[in-house]
Amino acid sequence: MKVSVHHLRVWGKPLIFLLSLVPALWLVYHWYLAYGGLPHDLGFNPNETSNRFTGDWAIRFLLLSLAVTPFATVLRSPKPLLFRRMLGLYALFYAGLHVLSYIWLDMAFDWPELWADVLKRTYITVGMLAILFLLPLGVTSTKGWIKRMGAKRWQKLHKLVYLIGLLACVHFIMMRKGFQVEPLIYAGIFAALMLARLRKRRGKVRA
Amino acid sequence: LKELGAKSSAFDPGEELTPYSAVTQYNNFYEFGTDKSDPYENAGSMQVDPWSVSVDGLVDRPGTYDLMDLIDFNALEERIYRLRCVEAWSMVIPWIGVPLSSVLNKIGVQSGAKYVRFETLNDRKQMPGVRWPVLDWPYVEGLRMDEAMNDLTLMAVGLYGKELPNQNGAPLRLVVPWKYGFKSIKSIVRISLTEKQPRTSWQKSAPQEYGFYSNVNPEVDHPRWSQARERRIGEFSRRKTLMFNGYGEWVADLYAGMDLAKYY
Repeated sequence: MKVSVHHLRVWGKPLIFLLSLVPALWLVYHWYLAYGGLPHDLGFNPNETSNRFTGDWAIRFLLLSLAVTPFATVLRSPKPLLFRRMLGLYALFYAGLHVLSYIWLDMAFDWPELWADVLKRTYITVGMLAILFLLPLGVTSTKGWIKRMGAKRWQKLHKLVYLIGLLACVHFIMMRKGFQVEPLIYAGIFAALMLARLRKRRGKVRA
Repeated sequence: LKELGAKSSAFDPGEELTPYSAVTQYNNFYEFGTDKSDPYENAGSMQVDPWSVSVDGLVDRPGTYDLMDLIDFNALEERIYRLRCVEAWSMVIPWIGVPLSSVLNKIGVQSGAKYVRFETLNDRKQMPGVRWPVLDWPYVEGLRMDEAMNDLTLMAVGLYGKELPNQNGAPLRLVVPWKYGFKSIKSIVRISLTEKQPRTSWQKSAPQEYGFYSNVNPEVDHPRWSQARERRIGEFSRRKTLMFNGYGEWVADLYAGMDLAKYY
């Protein structure tokens, strides 16, 4: 059976939307349990768990959104592009939760301490820059903004996502102690997705 | 795990103990993986009986010691200590052990010995984490001789009235309560007395972040995060970190005249 664009719009999009929400719902539910003094799955250091969990999902959605275009190329179909904006917005959503987790649970909304921390610690500066750049992409993700900006300028702005991906990977590598594999796996996936774009571009030039 | 008899605790800070479940399931022991739950999940199969420790360097009686010959199990003491991890979380743990000084006296410290160097077991078959180059294995730690001889410095063989669980560094580990947790090396297989300051694993990994001394110090930040506060496991808000983790009364003299920002 062939999946039509209509099917994807009516069934695929709500399905992906709900699935993408599951990690956030899980986190909120377990915080609700923890706050009520009930058994929960946030481990012995729920704050650390929250920071890592939201950060993991932010970078996963970022990489997923970056994977959409190469995936469409491989399939020779534009259908995957239907999901690109949603995945990108979910990256922003989880990045927002990540920042909230840090500002609330780690810094307890102590703004002077927060500002000092952001400036003093390079990996936090790098992470904050990534979010700062991600924000305008989220705001301008609507059809109205594409029209207002014009497709060319809009596309140019949204190329920022490559820089954001790089910053996110650097942030992840920097926050771990010692030489750890997990952040390098994410960086490797990011590098592969970037290479796929370069190859496609070079192919175009040759053609 | 066998129960251990011990004299009651000296240096009790009078703070609430961290639950046994947290002490034994939230650990850093990178030889078994880098997640906090990895040691609990992976360390169970480590063979800790029999256990021998090689003793070498500037000692009167070098050789390979059985655990029983190195530690006097009739002289065990309970010590309730704060443990402050360099990652800015902390616990309060009732350890059981003997002063390190008693072990050093047993092996005989020669006059030229200025440092103690410790090594952790490095066994690929039993430790899945050493397949990854997270650190330069084996794990190495060290103390200056006067730090090693301090009353607070403990060679632990148990916690909460029982033998050490593997994930906590069975069967023999160091506990240095005024230093960040990573100084308290686990599952020790080698003790060497040296004239030169040993290079520790964390120093090799990131010298600008981890110094030889690594005393708990709220005023000297880790380059990547603040050390002014800590999260006591089980508490939601953070508390202020104490100088020397609250043990200054007994150890501040060791560092008189030293610039602790330079010798971090």
